[in-house]
Amino acid sequence: MSTAATTVSPAAGTAVPARKNHPAHPRSEATMQHWKITREADGLARLTFDKAGATTNTLSAAALVELDAALDELDRDPPAGLVIASGKANGFIAGADIDEFGEVRNDADAIALVKRGWDTFNRLAAVRYPTLALVRGFCLGGGMELALACRYRVVVDEPSTRLGLPEVMLGIVPGWGGITRLPRLTGAPAALDLLLTGKTVDARRAKRLGIADECVPARIMENTARGVLKAKPAPRALKMAQSLTLNPLVRKFVAAQAAKQVAKRARREHYPAPYAILELFARYDGNALAAPASGPASITALLKTPTAGNLIRVFRLQERLKSLGKDGDFKAAHVHVVGAGTMGGDIAAWCALRGLTVTLQDQNAERLAPAMARAAKLFAQRLKDARRVRDATDRLIPDVAGAGVARADVVIEAIFENLEAKRALFAAVEAKAKPGAILATNTSSIPLEEIAGAMQDGSRLVGIHFFNPVARMMLVEIVVGKSTRPELVGPAAAFVRQIDKLPLPVKSAPGFLVNRVLAPYLMAAMRCVDEGLAPETVDEAALAFGMPMGPIELADTVGLDICVAVGRMLSPDAAPPRKLMALIDAGHLGRKTKRGFYSYASGKAAKQPPGAVPAGLAQRLIDPLVGEARSALAEGIVADADLVDAGAIFGTGFAPFTGGPLHYAAASR
Amino acid sequence: MKEPIYIIDGARTPFLKARNRPGPFAASDLATAAGSALLLRQRFAPTDLDEVILGCAAPSPDEVNIGRVVALRMGCGHKVPGWTVMRNCASGMQALDSAINNIRAGRSNLVLAGGVDALSHAPLLFSEAMVHWLSSWYAAKTLGQRAALAAKLKLAYLAPVIGLMKGLTDPMVGLLMGQTAENLAFRFGITRAEMDAFAAASHRKVLAGQKAGHYDAEVVALFDKAGKVYAADDGVREDSTAENLAKLRPFFDKKYGNVTAGNSSQVTDGAAWLVLASERAVEKHQLQPLGRIADSEWAGLDPAEMGLGPVHAVTPILQRHGLRLNDLDAWEINEAFAAQVIACQRAWEDTDYCRRELGLPDALGSIDPARLNVDGGAVALGHPVGASGARIVLHVLHTLRRTGGKRGIASICIGGGLGGAMLVEAVS
Repeated sequence: MSTAATTVSPAAGTAVPARKNHPAHPRSEATMQHWKITREADGLARLTFDKAGATTNTLSAAALVELDAALDELDRDPPAGLVIASGKANGFIAGADIDEFGEVRNDADAIALVKRGWDTFNRLAAVRYPTLALVRGFCLGGGMELALACRYRVVVDEPSTRLGLPEVMLGIVPGWGGITRLPRLTGAPAALDLLLTGKTVDARRAKRLGIADECVPARIMENTARGVLKAKPAPRALKMAQSLTLNPLVRKFVAAQAAKQVAKRARREHYPAPYAILELFARYDGNALAAPASGPASITALLKTPTAGNLIRVFRLQERLKSLGKDGDFKAAHVHVVGAGTMGGDIAAWCALRGLTVTLQDQNAERLAPAMARAAKLFAQRLKDARRVRDATDRLIPDVAGAGVARADVVIEAIFENLEAKRALFAAVEAKAKPGAILATNTSSIPLEEIAGAMQDGSRLVGIHFFNPVARMMLVEIVVGKSTRPELVGPAAAFVRQIDKLPLPVKSAPGFLVNRVLAPYLMAAMRCVDEGLAPETVDEAALAFGMPMGPIELADTVGLDICVAVGRMLSPDAAPPRKLMALIDAGHLGRKTKRGFYSYASGKAAKQPPGAVPAGLAQRLIDPLVGEARSALAEGIVADADLVDAGAIFGTGFAPFTGGPLHYAAASR
Repeated sequence: MKEPIYIIDGARTPFLKARNRPGPFAASDLATAAGSALLLRQRFAPTDLDEVILGCAAPSPDEVNIGRVVALRMGCGHKVPGWTVMRNCASGMQALDSAINNIRAGRSNLVLAGGVDALSHAPLLFSEAMVHWLSSWYAAKTLGQRAALAAKLKLAYLAPVIGLMKGLTDPMVGLLMGQTAENLAFRFGITRAEMDAFAAASHRKVLAGQKAGHYDAEVVALFDKAGKVYAADDGVREDSTAENLAKLRPFFDKKYGNVTAGNSSQVTDGAAWLVLASERAVEKHQLQPLGRIADSEWAGLDPAEMGLGPVHAVTPILQRHGLRLNDLDAWEINEAFAAQVIACQRAWEDTDYCRRELGLPDALGSIDPARLNVDGGAVALGHPVGASGARIVLHVLHTLRRTGGKRGIASICIGGGLGGAMLVEAVS
């Protein structure tokens, strides 16, 4: 009756250890640790990557050498078709082994690293039997390049399936054939978009772009993989217009256009990798080994700039912050947020977006309404699918009466900065909350100890300090007051990870870490304006240094009232910048009132062309930040210098290619 | 003595008047918002419920078992069954009765039951002729066949059938609901002026009730995607005075009839929920009941006089408990039509009617008007069909609590010739 049932025979089982039944292939058994060949009754074979001693598949040198051996093995008795799949539940392949980048000492090492993947994948691409990558979960970097070297790709339609070539974010280029093969599947514009931004796509988009041949639910992924290998469809041809973009002459034109777009986001002197990618695409069809060693596109040249090393450092810092949330088993199901202003409302919406049930409390429905509207917009933007938008909307429950406190695993206070109001609130919250619930304040200026004093057990109070705009800022400071029980840091960090942010534990001292290092930088910039420099010129100096946004525009974005409050808190004796006070007196508080140092009538800062940047201006802006970073470290606001840098990069956007303010200061000494 | 059925709490959305286009919320949106707010303030978790029962007269095609859809949307989890009941205008009351039955049968201890309808989302339908034409069109294989069919398409086929009008027409006797109200006016000699005075009073009482906060305990605010707040019932009007209502034209029996849009219930979107619990559930979760449902009754009568349904459903309850009309401290008779509520009162006052139709020895008497629909009714609030039965049970309980009354009745007439009634008691 059911052909499907017969096809899903035991022979099709995903990871049936078939080796013992195949004494004809003893060699692979003896030597392979990371890869496993399974021969199936119908002539197909399966090559499973299950990296030994690791939770995640990465393509280390050993794994690549062994892949080569596996291809030898398959050549001895070529299968009717080959499925390459992951033996890990968490995904396909995360990419190259980043640890091996650190072992590159000289040009020869760098070339060897590129060559081993380039050659192996070219060999894979050339085998005579049809090959298919069955991609479920992440498929990134070198893993993506392996998938691209297969004749077919089947992707599993699940949210965790993400495909991409994020090398550019580490300051390097995809050297194992990604630049060569991706444009052939998608045409140049879509491929360059992925290559130059490092962004990933989901399974459905991968199918639409032409990266995947099939996008199917997990329940039929095995049938699909086998079906494709047996049917051996002709590769999908690019549309005429798309294939034209691969013409050598057109490539140069397309690359030049793309370079203009890149220049708007990343200066060549700070971020050479995207320019190298364009060069490799336009002139060398993606072969990094063909680029002259002296040229800017050569892998050896890229690795000689500090950028790649620093960006890899940033990646590791991010991994370190992520790991802070791993201890313990705290998992929140319900978050209660008090205060539906910009911060509270956006925190609530973000938590609902990330799958938590959220109750949002404020004094009346009218105060809740703008937050509900912003949440609806966020859900529509991020989730797109109508059912997922509906579910997120259902998870966010307006709660004027505050009934959610009694249900919540985490209570976050985000009301206005008033000590008495916060003390009264926490006294009431403590009486109603569950015994194990995390009680947190989002205060940026009130010492935790003063709030905690109003509670029966003040040691329960921890700071969970978000940055504006909540949906975009990765970092969340976990503020540990003198009264805070130290064991709370783990659960608080776990909560921050649960909502997909980066937790940074900081000591409760004015400004914590981020505002403390940011404030002197912003003040210095505003003093330059007081001295007569145009805001555009001041911002240009910072942009040229490598900041993602100039300090004046950043101050407008943070809110000028907040800047003054933070400035007063940190240095009560210093007179605030005159222009800043004048703007506030006129009611111009920055982006939120559509006017600050710049006008935001169109939504974007209306800027004039900058004037000539005086020599040393960038240094004048950056030095106070670096100085404050040093003193924060000395005072033990965070545990070590790396965490200072992590906070500055993820919290203030401090030029990532420098590796952070302290790393930068040490390197430029 | 039957096992007591406790009402723990209840909540509803504001009733939002349909304004000639689909309203801001689908039926399941309304029920989810009211239900989530209600469940949030309970001492038990949504997953502790034994079942969710939702009455709905007109669920949209994409949420036919709307009770299950809403249970999942409220976070009750996969394991709490959810289902939907339909008894036209009493669907919400039927949900309560189904909950009562399952509690009495020992199947459930804690049930969320209520009703919903979003009448503004009632569909436009293709006419029968158009459906036949489309079927042929999809079956046509050749260009020639299609050309022949295209020639047969008549403009009249495209006129949509208004789903709501279908729903408001009795399928047996072919009368619009408003025409059944005209029948009652004819039978009991109810004048246009009496209907308009009743309607004006309904608006006045709702306004006074809103001002006095009599609705605060039951209504939860809604928020749409644009951040607009819907905090209160919006069909009530300051200017719905008897004089102004007298200016409206008859809607159902055109020109010479008496029933107008103004003295009928409004077409409205809304949802209402109650939490029902057995004695065991009350003890287990340490619940504080709002009241009890002591009895319920369903009755059938001539569909052409469906508005008298309450008379037929309430009378047996009074007989069973040995109660006279004014032994009840509060009455809610759903105001489908002003004429229909007046007719119910007239029927009980009418010796002939009571003897012949109810088998009573004499007239039952008059309900003290001060005890009937004290905060107004559906003429001013609107009648989101499935929700109304649950709303009046909840409101009569709140009225008893507010006034210190002991017993009340909520009763509703049902299109198709039915009546439903529930006897409720305050808990001391």
